[in-house]
Amino acid sequence: MSQSLDEITLQLKRRHRQSRLMKWLSMGALGLAGLFLVFFFTDMLMKGLPAFQQAQIQVKAHYSEQASKMPPAAVDEDIRDLVSRGWLRLIPRQIQDQPKLLGTTRTEWVLADGQVDQYLKDHPNRLSEDARARVDEMVAQGRAELRFNLRFFTSGDSKMPELAGIMAAALGTVWTMLVTLVIAFPIGVMTAIYLEEFAPDNRLTQLIEININNLAAIPSILFGLLGLAIFINFFGVPRSTPLVGGMTLALMTLPVIIIATRTALRSVPDSIRHAAFGVGCSRWQVVRDHVLPLAMPGIMTGSIIGLAQAMGETAPLIIVGMVAFIPDVGGTITDAATVLPAQVFTWSGEPDRAFVEKTAGGIVVLLAVLIALNATAVLLRRKFERRW
Amino acid sequence: MNRSSPGEPLTHNDNAHHELIIRVRDLDLWYGESQALHGIDLDLYRNNVTALIGPSGCGKSTFLRCLNRMNDLIPSVRVKGSVEMEGRDVNDARTDEVALRRLVGMVFQKPNPFPKSIYDNVAYAPRMHDLVSRKPDVDDLVEQALRDAGLWDEVKDKLKQPGTSLSGGQQQRLCIARAIAVRPEVILMDEPTSALDPISTATIEDLMDRLKLQFTIVTVTHNMQQAARVADYTAFFHLGEVVEYNDTKTMFSNPATKRAEDYITGRYG
Ligand SMILES: Nc1ncnc2c1ncn2[C@@H]1O[C@H](COP(=O)(O)OP(=O)(O)OP(=O)(O)O)[C@@H](O)[C@H]1O
Ligand SMILES: [Mg+2]
Repeated sequence: MSQSLDEITLQLKRRHRQSRLMKWLSMGALGLAGLFLVFFFTDMLMKGLPAFQQAQIQVKAHYSEQASKMPPAAVDEDIRDLVSRGWLRLIPRQIQDQPKLLGTTRTEWVLADGQVDQYLKDHPNRLSEDARARVDEMVAQGRAELRFNLRFFTSGDSKMPELAGIMAAALGTVWTMLVTLVIAFPIGVMTAIYLEEFAPDNRLTQLIEININNLAAIPSILFGLLGLAIFINFFGVPRSTPLVGGMTLALMTLPVIIIATRTALRSVPDSIRHAAFGVGCSRWQVVRDHVLPLAMPGIMTGSIIGLAQAMGETAPLIIVGMVAFIPDVGGTITDAATVLPAQVFTWSGEPDRAFVEKTAGGIVVLLAVLIALNATAVLLRRKFERRW
Repeated sequence: MNRSSPGEPLTHNDNAHHELIIRVRDLDLWYGESQALHGIDLDLYRNNVTALIGPSGCGKSTFLRCLNRMNDLIPSVRVKGSVEMEGRDVNDARTDEVALRRLVGMVFQKPNPFPKSIYDNVAYAPRMHDLVSRKPDVDDLVEQALRDAGLWDEVKDKLKQPGTSLSGGQQQRLCIARAIAVRPEVILMDEPTSALDPISTATIEDLMDRLKLQFTIVTVTHNMQQAARVADYTAFFHLGEVVEYNDTKTMFSNPATKRAEDYITGRYG
């Protein structure tokens, strides 16, 4: 006997209620995740954006003979304590570089002391009552203000927060990533091609496959120990350098690239391979001309994501000494260097409160780079994705 | 005329050519432990269409793949016996399977154009084999192959478009153009029309009629009318054996074996 429409509808009610409930639950989960993300980003931006501004004050700078020997003499005594000591220290070198400066007095906007900066940003500071009054007066006269902190993006680290910049670490990251890419990409892709397209399916290749998958799950700090033991102690690669850091991260990224490449290769339908073999392609021609072009978007996305992971990695780099204090921008792969996350880590340990915003600013830069990388991955996939 | 040796058809088709191109003798094939082909003897003649028919799973595709060693791609396969072409055993260690596949092309059941432009689909293999290199020569060759495949008029204005943008029937003709572009001796077709509508099927059947003037065609089909229409000779496979190999007309009007008769008349599932 068949049921009537009404009976069926009645039974369905419970099922509909269930699916509505599941829909609300999953939407709630998504909302919660989104909320965390928004919270995290606003917190980081709120804390980090002040780092992109720095207090400057207008002073009469005397480039005198005396100042070249004793820099504090370059500014008048009444505001000497408000000027960054870091800037003062640079005066002799400036005079040396530009002899024409000697003997002149110029009205210039110069870096203010870190405490003045914190005061102008309404952060806790150690400025005396008297100094605060003088800063207030200068602000009223338009001789003290917060300006865009170009130095943060162009200079290296410093013990004085108003001088500290992210550039040395950013360059270190670029070099390290280049080394990682140059090592891990070709080796990873070729390994995957061998395993997927050439190797017979036997015990040995299965064993290799399992081990590669295991490798991807190893805590990253162990790769640091491996890098220390093999690259530094055995092969004598100079420590603290992008070279050794890049090699260490390459070890870590290899399994990610291998797995991504194998997945991409496997997703190319066999009918394409058969077509290619059918017209008389050799195995390598099949791979090069037909399989790889189709797998490329997947390979690139996987590799970029692997690189992005490596880029955010700190633990293994600490082990190979890449948390060095690098005040100068412009080293190469064999000079001591630090990387963005390590720089953030260093700053977060500084006692001076002014470094809190540097830390957050560094994180904002790191996040921006990572987001840019991931967006590139998505774009590449969109652009090269082809149907067959 | 009666068969004088194993492998020859029972009756000769007097209108067909009888220059031997491939001689298969005592061919056994195993997938791992299970034997899929049992002692196949078959002579294939130049400029003929030979149809392979038989129930599903009887080994037609497997046999077809022996002719251009596509079975090499399946790791568990083991072959015994001889497949002779130009006086040489194709399974011989000295025979390069890549060279063999240049002489024995293949068209698959499901159209599988490369994910490239229509032009590149046809031009790829001849360029790869260094048959042509100058651009005008490639253009000529692409046009000729597409004309031979009966596709030229439909695609001549959109050669740069992806091959996958064509209809199923057009894609299959593109695959045929791709196969004939390297001027092979033999073209193997594994149920080339099974995924196509009746009109595309008829087009491809006409095509086979014309192509056999230049090539030798071995085709697998489940469509008895198709075999009757296009083939000069028909081989009936059953359980990995050739039960009857005969002139197509005789095969369909007066089969020599009961099993072939049952299959052709539809009494066998
Ligand atoms: N790759 C393979 N591995 C193992 N066994 C296979 C493989 N391909 C085919 N076989 C087996 O070999 C036998 C013949 O298969 P084959 O594909 O040649 O049949 P067919 O005549 O082409 O059938 P159909 O008409 O359905 O295409 C079948 O029993 C099948 O199960
Ligand atoms: Mg088949």
